[in-house]
Amino acid sequence: MPPEKVAPLMTLETTVNGRPVSLPIEPRAILLDVLRDRLDLTGTKRSCDSQVCGACTVLLDGTPVSACCTLAYEAGGREIETIEGLAGPNGLHPIQQAFVDTDAIQCGFCTPGFVLTTKALLAENPRPTRAAIEDYLGGNLCRCTGYWNILDAVEDAAEKLAAVSPHPQPPLPSSRERGLNGPRLSGPRGPS
Amino acid sequence: MTATDTEVRARTAIGHDAPRVDAVAKVTGAGQFAGDLKLHGMAYGRLLRSPYAHARIVGIDTNRAAALPGVIAVMTGDDVPAADPYYGHALKDRPILAIDRVRFAGEPVVAVAAEDPAIADEAVTLIDIIYEEMPTAVTIAAALADDAPHLHDVVNVRAGLFHGLGEIHLEPGNVCYHHAFARGDMDAVFAAADVVIAGEYTFPAVYQYSLEPHTTIAQWTGADDLTVWSSCQHPFLVRAELADLYALPVGAVRVVVPYLGGGFGSKSYTKMEPITSALARVAGRPVRIANSIDEAMVTTRRHGMKAFMRTAATRDGRLLAREVRAWFDTGAYADNGPRVVATGADAAPGPYRWEAVRVDAWGVYTNTSPAGSYRAFGASHLQWCGELQVDEIGRRCGLDALQMRERNLLSRGESVRPGGKPLDADLIGDIRKVAASLNWESPKPAGIVGRGMSVGLLAAGAHPVSTAAVRMEADGGVVLLVSSTEVGQGARTVFGQIVAEELALPLDRVRVLGGDTRVTPYDRSTGASRSTTIAGLAVQRAAADVRAQILAIGARLFDLPETALEIRAASVWHEGESVPYRDVLKAHFGMVGGELIGHGEVRPEKGSGSYAEGPVFWEVCIGGAEVVVDPETGRVTVTKAVSVADVGKAINPRLVEAQEMGGAMQGIGNALHEEMLFDETGTLLNATLYEYHVPTIADMPHTFASNIVENEDGPGPYGAKGVGEGALAGVAAAIATALADAGVIIDELPATPERVWRALRMHDDRNDEDSTGSAANERATGGAASWG
Ligand code: FES
Ligand code: FES
Repeated sequence: MPPEKVAPLMTLETTVNGRPVSLPIEPRAILLDVLRDRLDLTGTKRSCDSQVCGACTVLLDGTPVSACCTLAYEAGGREIETIEGLAGPNGLHPIQQAFVDTDAIQCGFCTPGFVLTTKALLAENPRPTRAAIEDYLGGNLCRCTGYWNILDAVEDAAEKLAAVSPHPQPPLPSSRERGLNGPRLSGPRGPS
Repeated sequence: MTATDTEVRARTAIGHDAPRVDAVAKVTGAGQFAGDLKLHGMAYGRLLRSPYAHARIVGIDTNRAAALPGVIAVMTGDDVPAADPYYGHALKDRPILAIDRVRFAGEPVVAVAAEDPAIADEAVTLIDIIYEEMPTAVTIAAALADDAPHLHDVVNVRAGLFHGLGEIHLEPGNVCYHHAFARGDMDAVFAAADVVIAGEYTFPAVYQYSLEPHTTIAQWTGADDLTVWSSCQHPFLVRAELADLYALPVGAVRVVVPYLGGGFGSKSYTKMEPITSALARVAGRPVRIANSIDEAMVTTRRHGMKAFMRTAATRDGRLLAREVRAWFDTGAYADNGPRVVATGADAAPGPYRWEAVRVDAWGVYTNTSPAGSYRAFGASHLQWCGELQVDEIGRRCGLDALQMRERNLLSRGESVRPGGKPLDADLIGDIRKVAASLNWESPKPAGIVGRGMSVGLLAAGAHPVSTAAVRMEADGGVVLLVSSTEVGQGARTVFGQIVAEELALPLDRVRVLGGDTRVTPYDRSTGASRSTTIAGLAVQRAAADVRAQILAIGARLFDLPETALEIRAASVWHEGESVPYRDVLKAHFGMVGGELIGHGEVRPEKGSGSYAEGPVFWEVCIGGAEVVVDPETGRVTVTKAVSVADVGKAINPRLVEAQEMGGAMQGIGNALHEEMLFDETGTLLNATLYEYHVPTIADMPHTFASNIVENEDGPGPYGAKGVGEGALAGVAAAIATALADAGVIIDELPATPERVWRALRMHDDRNDEDSTGSAANERATGGAASWG
């Protein structure tokens, strides 16, 4: 078999947690690998690797995407937000604090994904009903908590955020489709 | 003194919802899991796995893979550099990499180490293997057939380091373990009984699904020093097995355990550590192997089971005798199968008063992926069958489920099994709590609605050996060294609370490290709900040792007997006068520096602590459920789930409740959704999370009630006993009994819409037959029922 042609590297210009990043990447590079292996942002977790579990959720221009199924080049020119970008110099982000206060964390492997999904939800809908929360978080799996405390965390986060900014931003235009972003790759990580 | 007395008590007392000590690390992404670590020079391993369930390996050509730039090492079963190429803590039946033959689809055959994961992925596609397919035995029935191919030479199979289940005598065939016991005159009691219910039951293999798949990094320093960072629950047992494989002293092997992204039994004992350490040795570099989810699914699973059970009772609902025969599908290798079989057999009679009992349980090899531990193993397998039969007897005797249990459950102090620990819980009190949470006496809502309860016992605690060390530093703060794995259950928080309590410190002055076998002291394992009870007791003793040292020094400082002193708020006190710990240490060591080290140990209090003499405590597996069945689709909605955590003492009630909520949800998944499906060739059909349904938010019960029972009757610190598994078995079985209450008699889990729909049709047919006077009894609970 002739060796595969190696595609030339391309440059990824993006913003990660507010900082500009310029990085040579292979066109086939997966966003999750770039974040974890190239940028050492290991808070974003890999579990299912196939857009089922939400553990790898990051925000792209505020929209939650599964980094395991997003090509890194798609993040070009956009703002990436990972779990590492949430806490500020004054401590935890109110959503993170809500997860701590409600004990919505056990093993913690799903937690970054849930926190970022919650951030997107509350940006769109600052006072979601329980049903709206259940719907929005329906694409994130947690095997430890049974979800009860996570739902409490989201409600608590909404209250905490409302206390910080009593006049919340108007909801973002919701032109996005949840859970469907980049193409699915039948890449090298499939069943062997 | 920095805090007032009341502040300290409010923050440190046990019995208090202290916030998790690991919460901030986990919510910021800073907490490290095995896959987050990177070693200098680390290579990436990838496994080529067998596509066949049973085949001879005729030839392997690795030349093209080895020639690929960036490939560091290619290892086959012949190249494994271990003194003993076979491992297995119960039975040494498993090659580190397949030798000559593969026994399940997914078995690792070749391992590649490369400079980066993409190269390793490509390299495995360049390996050519010629297989010669062999006849398979994919199901229990096929494996037990007379002409079944034998997976192993069981007569000569060697016992592993942690077999611990007595002598094994096996006939040639596919049975790798047999556990049996009998008491009373079974045949006579059955012959004289008024009511006999019998049935056959099928219980599915399920996947534990911890979100973090198995991940291991191995590094050799020279030929005789191995360090492994691994997502494992039992670091000391992994260390022992690795030392055994490489013929090294145990001290030459170091196992470090970062945070685990869930375990639920899937990371108990050795999993990927033997392969990873072998590959690192061949590569001459540190190597990481990280399973993907489809690989994790074929690494370990829960045992599927087939069982026959019959139960005899008097006409007025007094239980008399139970007979059980159960076959546990352990897959191609024993893994923890023998222990699962023994525990399952033990729990099979249920916590009732029997005149006669006979149980036979077998572990059976099949050409499917190996089965091991899964949360509540043993209890979950047969509790639902037994509880269905108890309820069916009640229906025939005019007693409801609560009355049946009030009449028949064991009382505290009664024998559960001869030679073992008597019952150490108030089961009738517990089951009444379930009834209260279900509003048992209230009329049921309209529709096809059922209410059910279930109770069982699980032999918990495993072997009771744990040690811990508490170091009090010169500033009066404490570092706790304990090897129990923080798998999400909150072990570090509970241990921190115990130390804080014993040493009158605020929780934030106690640091709890993760397990590192070269640093933290021996702990047998993290599982079987043992950490709070056994490791917690070791922690309490270690802290008490430091307290005694502080008081001894304080006695010199105050020139008073120790009995005149007390500790409060990080200080030693005599009446109104106090000396902070840091000054106590300074006085002792003469300047700032030095440390007090306390040691705590737990070991069997009498006897050998063997399985037969155990358990350390009986974990109560109790649950309740209310379900609504949609007659059109067969879909089941859990409207209420109830658990009872009979924990002796809740050191952190919120963490107890968290265990219950998570366990109950897994019980719902197990009862209604989860099932690994192997086709006739032994291939796993639903090997992705698209096809294997893990419960989501949409599957939550409408309401959940957890009852915490604190009778301070456990063997752990402050009378605590473990929690974490009972809700899974209890709620899953309660869903089965609730379905039966609704007229849906299920003899195979999970109760998928199709099975429920079919059972509903059968129920309707049966009612028709009833009205025409035919013998409806023959159908009860899974088929062959009869009046005795
Ligand atoms: S890892 Fe599961 S969705 Fe990406
Ligand atoms: S906390 Fe473990 S998976 Fe959610």
